[in-house]
Amino acid sequence: MAAVKAAGREPPVNYVDRTREQYASLGYGEYRWAHEDDPPALVPLTKPLAESRLGLIGSGGIYAVGQTPFTFRDDTTYRAIRSDIDSSQLRATHFAYDLTDARADINCVFPIDTLRGLVEAGAVGALAPSLYACMGGIYSQRRVREELGPQLVARCLSDGVDVVLLVPV
Amino acid sequence: MCHQTVGLIARQLEEADVPTLSMTSARDITRAAWPPRAVFLDYPLGHTAGRAGEPELNRAIMVDTLAAFEAIDEPGAIVDLPYRWAESDGWKDTVMRPPTGDPGGEWVDDRVERYPDPQYQEVADEVAAAATHAGRECAVCVGIDL
Repeated sequence: MAAVKAAGREPPVNYVDRTREQYASLGYGEYRWAHEDDPPALVPLTKPLAESRLGLIGSGGIYAVGQTPFTFRDDTTYRAIRSDIDSSQLRATHFAYDLTDARADINCVFPIDTLRGLVEAGAVGALAPSLYACMGGIYSQRRVREELGPQLVARCLSDGVDVVLLVPV
Repeated sequence: MCHQTVGLIARQLEEADVPTLSMTSARDITRAAWPPRAVFLDYPLGHTAGRAGEPELNRAIMVDTLAAFEAIDEPGAIVDLPYRWAESDGWKDTVMRPPTGDPGGEWVDDRVERYPDPQYQEVADEVAAAATHAGRECAVCVGIDL
């Protein structure tokens, strides 16, 4: 039953339900989403962000000119992006979202200029020397847990980051 | 699915003693994957960190995001940011639905084929990548040879 649409806000889009409806309508099988029943670990910040080295992981299929981009089929690789790169050298390639705005301004999905501005303003201590990009649209949760995840964790640890900001798309 | 992937990675980072914050524009998927800290921005997919060509707005979003990073002390909490994509939330009606917004209407399969080879944004990028990789190992493209 249709709700009356006033200027008021509507609840967030329920993507799990919409995916189920879409797959069913197009004759595809149902996808089993990850559902964590155990609460996540929570590690307290040891210092203010203004004194912290911040890492960034974006899943929007970002690569730098000169790098090989991602494939559209369960790609569990990642790209290291130098945090001082000119953002005009960044590209976006992905199968699951409208790339128009990301290609016009990469900060929509990989907020590198936004974060550099905040480092300059003193709100963030520093960016890690390498930022990371991956594909995200990976069907196999096992492959994320066993292949992509541990590699990114290892990279962040060896980069000596204090905190990590993650930006899915 | 990206939101799910990132949620899983955020949990792994936190288990390795690295504090994380995940931005999200798919609140339900993020809640299911349950990362340690999250900030929800109610924008269409493709705008997790803001809008094209609006650096001041994006900076305000990030300032609020980082404030939540410092403030959240409950595992798995999601902070909802107040920003709206448009005066009306009508854009939500057609997300992953027929163009009319009616689930009973005619569906269009607009999903992109899962090409198994690298997908360049620009033709020139392929030339640039070939030059980078010619005859030697790439210094910047870590992880592609798994």
